[in-house]
Amino acid sequence: MNCMMKLFELSLHGGTGDIPLTLPLERRQPREAALRCCLEISVSALKSNHSPLDVVELVKTIRTSMLVERGSILTSNGTVEMEACITEGNKTVELFLGVEIVNSSHFITLENTERLKQAKEANRVQKTPVPNEDSQLGTVGCVAVDSHGILAATTSTSGLVNKMVGRIGDTPVIGAGTFANHLCAVSATGKGEAIICATVAREVATLMEYKGLSLKNAAAYIVEECAQKGTAGLVAVSASGEMTMPFNTTDMFRACATEDGNTEVGRWHSV
Amino acid sequence: MGRWAIAVHGGAGVDPNLPPERQDQAKKLLTRCLNLGVSALRSSSSSSSAIDVVELIVRELETDPTFNSGRGSALTEKGTAEMEASIMDGSGRRCGAVSGVTTVKNPVSLARLVMDKSPHSYLAFSGAEEFAKQQGVEMVDNEYFITEDNRGMLKLAKEANTIMFDYRIPITGMESCGAGVESPIQMNGLPISVYAPETVGCVVVDSEGRCAAATSTGGLMNKMTGRIGDSPLIGAGTYACELCGVSCTGEGEAIIRSTLAREVAAVMEYKELGLQEAVDFVIKERLDQGKAGLIAVSSKGEVAYGFNSVGMFRGCATEDGFMEVGIWE
Repeated sequence: MNCMMKLFELSLHGGTGDIPLTLPLERRQPREAALRCCLEISVSALKSNHSPLDVVELVKTIRTSMLVERGSILTSNGTVEMEACITEGNKTVELFLGVEIVNSSHFITLENTERLKQAKEANRVQKTPVPNEDSQLGTVGCVAVDSHGILAATTSTSGLVNKMVGRIGDTPVIGAGTFANHLCAVSATGKGEAIICATVAREVATLMEYKGLSLKNAAAYIVEECAQKGTAGLVAVSASGEMTMPFNTTDMFRACATEDGNTEVGRWHSV
Repeated sequence: MGRWAIAVHGGAGVDPNLPPERQDQAKKLLTRCLNLGVSALRSSSSSSSAIDVVELIVRELETDPTFNSGRGSALTEKGTAEMEASIMDGSGRRCGAVSGVTTVKNPVSLARLVMDKSPHSYLAFSGAEEFAKQQGVEMVDNEYFITEDNRGMLKLAKEANTIMFDYRIPITGMESCGAGVESPIQMNGLPISVYAPETVGCVVVDSEGRCAAATSTGGLMNKMTGRIGDSPLIGAGTYACELCGVSCTGEGEAIIRSTLAREVAAVMEYKELGLQEAVDFVIKERLDQGKAGLIAVSSKGEVAYGFNSVGMFRGCATEDGFMEVGIWE
């Protein structure tokens, strides 16, 4: 019987929210393709013995290039403000807070300008779900663990459509959108304010440590019981190689890969 | 009817050679704040809720130039004051935070407005200032926050060769730091005589058993502009829930990595520890190499504090008449 521990596990998300079941193919495919691309690059990086921290950082770089194509979320001023965070269990945490990007025109697309217009007209900050609207929240995250049990997590976002200038969400807040320690690495996504108050990412590790829950059960509990419905999803890996990707929204773009060649790019609850 | 309790702090990590007059000044301020909080809690007016009292007390601490918040804030490398604060209401676990404010007289009140009047939980820099203008809060020139004392401290900090991002790297040339006395104790890479963190905070449980917490600071002396610490981060510097309210101070990185404030609540909830046990556990087990302190109250009317740094300015009071102000162990 082969008892070797998997060499690595990797999980990515491309944002959660109310992704309608009727999302047309031409909107769905680019995102799934982007996830697949991230997955392939990350897998080969882990196979060539890059550290999980390097791999999650790689995902952030890929994301930036994805943004150039897809466009980034706009603030109420029509500008782009991004936030990101990267962390590795047992090591120093790096925290980034992007403010206005130079050359932000790279990130501004016609589609997103139109979305901002709609949100302003409806006097709405992207908080309450609108049926069948593609909320396209745009946060990206990645978690990875290597054969030494070293864990890393990263999350990056432009935040909410029509957010106030200067609004900071959960993404760069350690313990809220991102967390890693010796037990697990977590990247969360959803409604930032809700994730901050519930310290979602940290909570997964807390339940594992203090209640002895498995990664899967801890994450499921938080997403089902602690976070308000429709507000959160996360990807997480544990030091022992478990992986989970629960969410309490309509859907979450996600993908995962393990060393033994299993890869999945998923939507809906079918995965 | 539950029992109320209140605790305040003026920072963890105190220079053991701090002149007696400064120690007295600090203790007087802490006492005054406690008394202010106690009378608010004793009154049966609507403004005696935990969330109102923590805001009231932190405003008082910000307005007084003694500690590092509001007026009297530590200065950035550019010689300006850049402040941050957070506040959390345990009932409902609502929160608000601000960072990078330079013209708002009371950052903690702006954080409260973010919580109550904005669709978000955290605003920073120009966005926060813009929101402040819209809300009509009291705005002042940045000069208002800057004291001569802190101008002097900034000079010393620069001479001591600046903040190290990795505080575990010892600095050399301490003898040139210009302080009147030598001290081998360091926090955040600076000798303690220069570092003087002095973040402020307050935690309260009111007679309805509701907990609240608030923290406010000017941050690290000689910090880069745009640097954000633990004080505005919910779960790190500030946390409140149905069980307790917590405010932390000390080495920011240690507090952030251990999500210190949240940790107290987590061990109470999941390990079913009492308040003091939870505080002791978290200080002992969760800080690794970092130096920090915290104050906490529980919904049952208990108050506790703990620190592994050299000293923490603090004060506590409970409904049954207990009152204590201290600096050292």
